[in-house]
This record gives sequence, C-alpha cells and structure tokens, in this order.
Amino acid sequence: MKITPMSTTPATTASSRPAAAPVLDIDALLDDRSTEIIVCCGAGGVGKTTTSAALALRAAERGRKVVVLTIDPARRLAQAMGIEQLDNTPRPVPSVGADAGGSLDAMMLDMKRTFDEVVESQASPEKARQILENPFYVALSSSFAGTQEYMAMEKLGQLHRQALADGRYDLIVVDTPPSRSALDFLDAPERLSSFLDGRLIRLLVAPARGPARLMTAGFSVVTNALAKILGGQMLKDVQTFVTALDTLFGSFRQRADKTFALLQADATSFVVVAAPEPDALREAAYFVERLTDDDMPLAGLVVNRASPSARTALSAEAAITAADRLQQGDSSSVTAGLLRLHADRVRIIEREQHLRERFAAAHPKVPTAVVPAMASDVHDLDGLRAIGESLARQS
Amino acid sequence: MTASTDRPVDWPKVRLHVVTGKGGTGKTTVAAALALALATSGRNVLLCEVEGRQGIARMFDIDPLPYEERRIAKGAPDADGRAGQVHALHIDPESALLEYLSMYYKLGRAGKALDRIGAIDFATTVAPGVRDVLLTGKIYEAVQRPRGGRHKDQVTYDAVVLDAPPTGRISQFLGVNSELAGLAKVGPIKSQADKVMELLRSPRTAVHVVTILEEMPVQETSDGIAELRAAGLPVGGVVVNLVRPQELSPSALALVRDDAVDPTAVTSDLTRARVDVDAGLVESLVAEARDHAVRRQLEDEQRALVAAEGVPTYELPRLAGGIDQGALVELAQLLRLQGMA
Repeated sequence: MKITPMSTTPATTASSRPAAAPVLDIDALLDDRSTEIIVCCGAGGVGKTTTSAALALRAAERGRKVVVLTIDPARRLAQAMGIEQLDNTPRPVPSVGADAGGSLDAMMLDMKRTFDEVVESQASPEKARQILENPFYVALSSSFAGTQEYMAMEKLGQLHRQALADGRYDLIVVDTPPSRSALDFLDAPERLSSFLDGRLIRLLVAPARGPARLMTAGFSVVTNALAKILGGQMLKDVQTFVTALDTLFGSFRQRADKTFALLQADATSFVVVAAPEPDALREAAYFVERLTDDDMPLAGLVVNRASPSARTALSAEAAITAADRLQQGDSSSVTAGLLRLHADRVRIIEREQHLRERFAAAHPKVPTAVVPAMASDVHDLDGLRAIGESLARQS
Repeated sequence: MTASTDRPVDWPKVRLHVVTGKGGTGKTTVAAALALALATSGRNVLLCEVEGRQGIARMFDIDPLPYEERRIAKGAPDADGRAGQVHALHIDPESALLEYLSMYYKLGRAGKALDRIGAIDFATTVAPGVRDVLLTGKIYEAVQRPRGGRHKDQVTYDAVVLDAPPTGRISQFLGVNSELAGLAKVGPIKSQADKVMELLRSPRTAVHVVTILEEMPVQETSDGIAELRAAGLPVGGVVVNLVRPQELSPSALALVRDDAVDPTAVTSDLTRARVDVDAGLVESLVAEARDHAVRRQLEDEQRALVAAEGVPTYELPRLAGGIDQGALVELAQLLRLQGMA
C-alpha cells in the first residue's frame, strides 16, 4: 500500500512550528561523514523503530554504508526489510537504491544469543557450558529488565568494532528497547555491570575463593537472610552461577565502560523521538536533560505522528457556531458535520502546537523535525522513504 | 451525562482489574477512568501503578505518590448522585520488599546489611521475577484484605485497578510467578508466588487490553490476548481508545468518499450559517472530510479485527482538549454506560 502524508498545506505548516525551535537538518546529519552512530531513543509507542529504519534507509540511499539494529519491528516491516528471522547477523535489505554508492543491512537483536556470545567469547568452553546451563543464567539472560538494553549496547559495540576493522559500514543506526522509563536505557548497562561486580557477588563467591575470605560475619548474616527469602536451592543456583561467571566480571565492566565512552564520543548522535502527547514529550524532555547532563551528543528531537494541519483558516469557534446554527434547522446536516470535523482538527492542532511550544520554551536549543501522521502503518520501503522525505522536508 | 443503573455490569465478580495495552494507547487514562467508574455508590477503589512513572499523579494533577495508599478523587456519581472514593498507590519494588521482609521476618540489622551490600537492589532488579512477584504480591494483599483492614485506618477495597506493564510484557509480568517457581522450588517466595498465581488465574481477576484503531496496536492486542489465554490468565474486555469523532453519518461518509458532496449545497448552507464563504473554503472543508473518511475506513477495518476477538469491547472518544480530571469523569461515565463498570 502506498503511504502518503494526509495533508500538507504550506501556508499553515510554516506557522505550525514553534518559533523558538531551530529546525533539525536530517540530511546534514546523515551526510556528515563524521557521524558514525545514530541512536534513536524515546518513550514506547512513538514510532522509534520506524524512525530508525527511515533514517537508515535515507542515509543508505544518500551514499552511506549503513547497518540498522532494530529491537522489535512490526512483523510486516521486518519482512519488508528481510529480517523476519532472528539470527543476530546483519542481512542486506533488498531493493535499496544503490545509485549513490551506499548500502543498507539490517538486523534484529536477539538478546539471549548476544549474551551467550559474550559468555562464549570470554570464558573457556568448559566454563561457558556451566554458565549457559545454569537456570539462573537462563532467566537472567532472557528476562532481566535491563538485559535487553545492555545487549543492545553490547551489539552496538561489536558492530562498531567490526566497522572500524573491515570498513563494511560507515554508519550504524540503533533503535533502543521500549524501556520502562527513559532511565533504563542509559542506566541498565551500568547497573548490570555494577551488580556483577558488586559487593553482594563478592560475598556470594567468597567461599569459592579460598579460606582467607571465608565466613565473615557479614557473609553469614546475608546468606542466611537470602536463604530465608529465596529458599536455599535458589541461593545455591545463584552461587553456582556467580562463581562460574566470576572470571567474566572484569570484562563485563570493561565493556560497559567502553560502550558508555562510545556513546559520548563526537561520532555519535542521539535523536530523541516523541509524539505530540504530554507523556511522550515529558519523556523526551527528560531524555534531553539526561543526555546533556551526561555529555551525550544530542542531534535533536523528532516529533512523529503530528496531526495534519487544517486546510483553511476558519477558526474552531466560528465553525462550531455555524454548525450549531445549521443543526437547529436540520439535525443531520452534512455541512454541519464538515464544520465540526474542521473544528476538531483545529483544536487538536492547536493543542499539539501548544505542547511543542512548551517543550521548545524549556529547551530552546534543541533542533526539531515534525513528521505528520501517516494514514496507516508503514510496512514497506516506500513508506520508509516517505517518512524520510518528510523528516528532511522541514520548510 | 448520568449513568443508567439498569445496564448490567459485565464484570460483577471481578475484584482485580488489570489494564494493559501497547505504549501510546492511553493505558493509564483508561485505568484511571475505570477506577472512577467503579468508584460509585459509596464504593472504595484502589488504583495502583507499578512502573515508577508517576502517571497517576500526573493524570490527577497531584504530588508524586509515595508507597502509601492515598485518597485522590471522588468517583463518578451514580444515578442518585452517590459517588465513591478512588485511592491510589504507587508500588515500587524496593519498598515492597522491605515491607515484605518486616511483615514476615524479623530481620532487624540483617535487613540493613542487605540493603548496604546491594542485596535489595539485587533482589528487586536483577533476580529474575522477584521484582514482579513483589509488585503483584502487594496487589494481592490489597485485593485479599479482610473487611475492616488488618489494622485500623486501613481501607478495604471493593475493587483494585492495576495500571499494568504494556501488552508486550504483561504475560511475563503476571505469569512470572510460574517462571519463578521453577527457580525458587521451595521457600516463602515460592509459596507467595503460588498464592498470587491462584488469584490471577481466578474469575476474580480480569485482564483488559487497551488499543487504538491502528494496525500495530490491534495486532499486538490480538497477540496479547492469545498469549494471556495460553498462560491461563482471564482475558477481560478490549477498550478501544482515542476513537475519532463520529460527526459524519455513514451516508455522509459515503458521499465524501465518493466525491459526491455537492459544493453548491455546502456553499448555500454556509451562507445561511453566516460564514464568510468562498470556493476555497468549501473545497478545504470537503478535502478535510475526505482525509477523515480515509481514516474512518481504516478504523472500521481494525474495529472488525477487534470484534473478531470475541470479547466485550468498549469505545472511548479522542477528546480534542486532552485529558484532565473533568475528561476522566466523562470517560468514566462512558465506560459505565457501556457496562464495563
């Protein structure tokens, strides 16, 4: 199905952006060869995955050698991109325009496999097997709330190292997991690694490290308490697990630190994605502040799903008044219906504009691009191209 | 608008209403409206959130909620004008664990030691499923609370509404207890998990799914329902949120779609209504209606898919002015008129 924006009337789109927000120049960002990584982040349900895919496709068709790492694309979009199979390896996307000399590979993150690979690459085969078979590891690697974020960052690090080594890619676009909150994505890697490196683990593995560290007062208090709560068997599983994983602690922390540094580097750009809704913009504001605090390079804000602007300047109030008049005579008046629809459309746009202006007032320096809502979901390359086009066309 | 008392309620036996949905569908709004709708005729309802977002506080425009039950609003009044009370609770796993520990164990200094070395952090963030069992455990306590409470000042609730994690995580969140049971084979956490699971699988629980009439959310709703059923969790209704205004009748919509609207008639109507009219205005209004008709048609396609799920469905309109407390009461009345509460 062909996707087109519902309406764009130049006269009203120009004035519908808050005056304070500078425009995010997407093509300049994509064409800048010093941009090596673009991370798309934002609340759930705002179209992050679509935005990442659209940016990646546009960059590729403008000559970049791109790989896009998606987390959980809609089934049909995944099919269109040739990545419905989750095999954790980038695959070329079919039918990408190659005239400008670029290319596009895509992959879907398999967090458990990524975790397994880290373990396998760091531990001896014997030890790796012990870890991979531990029930605690199985649960941790597939369901811990932060694992997905951690593994997305791990995969990003791997792709980046590979890109540096063989030059296969010069741009990596990353979609981020639908986190519980904005915090998770930036904090999970640190949290997981500090857990694995933490004092609790030190205490739990203490017996395995020899008699010198054995049975401090703190240790028995803690293990007794844990045994009470979790039951002895689970505690034993945990102990076996952390003991086996012991050798990997250092490398986990090192990797997390490296990834964090990579995100802070100039070659990285964050694009915060939002929808013109209070919650999504609040999360976006939070992200923007957090990125600034952590010295992460912020490219700008993309506001997806903006309602189509009105096609005429008739005010909502005038339209309602007129509709009331008509309906006094004829309650089924079609013209009254047209007027009420128009009033509704104007009110929604005014509300969205107000929300964006509030954001811009609080964050006047954040470049912004607004993308009108598409009539239906995007599930092919043409749809992604249309999104990329409207991202770039911010007159 | 006043709710009729005649309409039989669809979920008379349900004490725990779990509200889930894809991000961006307005799950928190629906949970809040449902809580208001249930809080009628002097009934007490507890509205809980577990994701640390403070979405309830924002929705009701109050200070961030502590780990403590608070009365936050009057419910939507019944036909006789009698309302009930909505209370709210923000459940965070750390507080839930500490409360759990002090309730079941005399840990004393060990509790502090646990916190200091990061065991609380461990139990609530890293240990698989423990976090979720603590959250659902607290909800279980509120649902099962005996009449008169466990101590004075404690409110007993007629219903509990949970603003739950999104559809993609809901089965894991609710079913996590069985996963946990595999890890913790014995012990108090395991027996706690079993009790919670029994409530969640019983007819006293209903898991409602919020969606909007777009392809992905509807697909996710259908996947979510299948997953809940497979996990043996009781599927409630589907709440279709943010439905477009129905200002045009089906026949008017057909006219618009077929490009059969008569511009002369519209022009004369507008003149009669004393609008400054020109050809451009008529053209624009008709074009806007055409945009609308395209979307209404897409909505209808999705609506048919929702109906095919074979569960009760409820529709709430998209309100142009956004959501404030007045709007929540309006939505609550609409839910009640449709028999959800």
